[in-house]
Amino acid sequence: MKCAVVVFPGSNCDRDMYHAVKDELGADADLVWYQEANLADYDAVLLPGGFSYGDYLRSGAMAATSPIVEQIRAAAEAGKPVLGVCNGFQILLESGLLPGAMLPNKKLKFMCHTETLIVENADTPFTQQYKEKEEIQIPIAHGDGNYFCDQTTLERLRENKQVVFTYQTNPNGSAGDIAGIVNERGNVLGMMPHPERAVDALLGTDDGLRLFQSILTYWREHYAINA
Amino acid sequence: MRKVKIHITLKEGVLDPQGKAVQHSLKSLEYNNVHDVRVGKYMEVLVDDKEDLEAEIDKMCDQLLANPVIENYTYTIEEAG
Repeated sequence: MKCAVVVFPGSNCDRDMYHAVKDELGADADLVWYQEANLADYDAVLLPGGFSYGDYLRSGAMAATSPIVEQIRAAAEAGKPVLGVCNGFQILLESGLLPGAMLPNKKLKFMCHTETLIVENADTPFTQQYKEKEEIQIPIAHGDGNYFCDQTTLERLRENKQVVFTYQTNPNGSAGDIAGIVNERGNVLGMMPHPERAVDALLGTDDGLRLFQSILTYWREHYAINA
Repeated sequence: MRKVKIHITLKEGVLDPQGKAVQHSLKSLEYNNVHDVRVGKYMEVLVDDKEDLEAEIDKMCDQLLANPVIENYTYTIEEAG
């Protein structure tokens, strides 16, 4: 499996993401500059955290207008796993690949600590290595992580099992305690917590590693029958 | 050329923590008559005039300047210069 870690001006978790899939997972991975990337060459697309374009206007808004988004959309339509973490999640929301929007944290503080997440759906390409309702420890680091959508959308997300992770103790005011959601098809995941910072017990928790292992397993089952 | 003055505000029902903080600060300055504060954005955009300028401004707002999930926008178009 070949992963593209898309680097925008202002990304700052790109190397952590690269380390997680390249060194800890053992997959092929490239850091690809957003203006030069050809995502058709890759099996999975990873949008890292950071502050693309300095969070100008709204977090993720400027990156969502760059031409790479059409390639990300094409990858999603082709059924490839697309993962957006933190700013990557914000970019997926701003580009309409996932429903909803991000507001500033309820208490207006940038928060950086480990949270307990509950795995609400263990039947996605990103979570099949977890158990349903399993509690996992994953760090957060964001100022705009207060997920918002209207009530109809929230009910639809719940009905379709698109809510993948919730916070055990809601840190930011997020609707429905949402920490991560997938699209209807299930192959595009956006989440505020950072699984790429939780891939080695030496750094506090390796609960995030199984998310990447899940992607690899999914890819092997669906695309690498002869590999 | 035209100058477009755009106001972007949070939709009703969308929590505005910044507005709430400002409201509390006004209260601590003893402005007890203040009941609510909503913080928005104001932009001035200089554009070439054209026949369907309003349609184009709507499109700009929907595509980038505002996020229709959480924000509303209004604008006025003035002669620039």
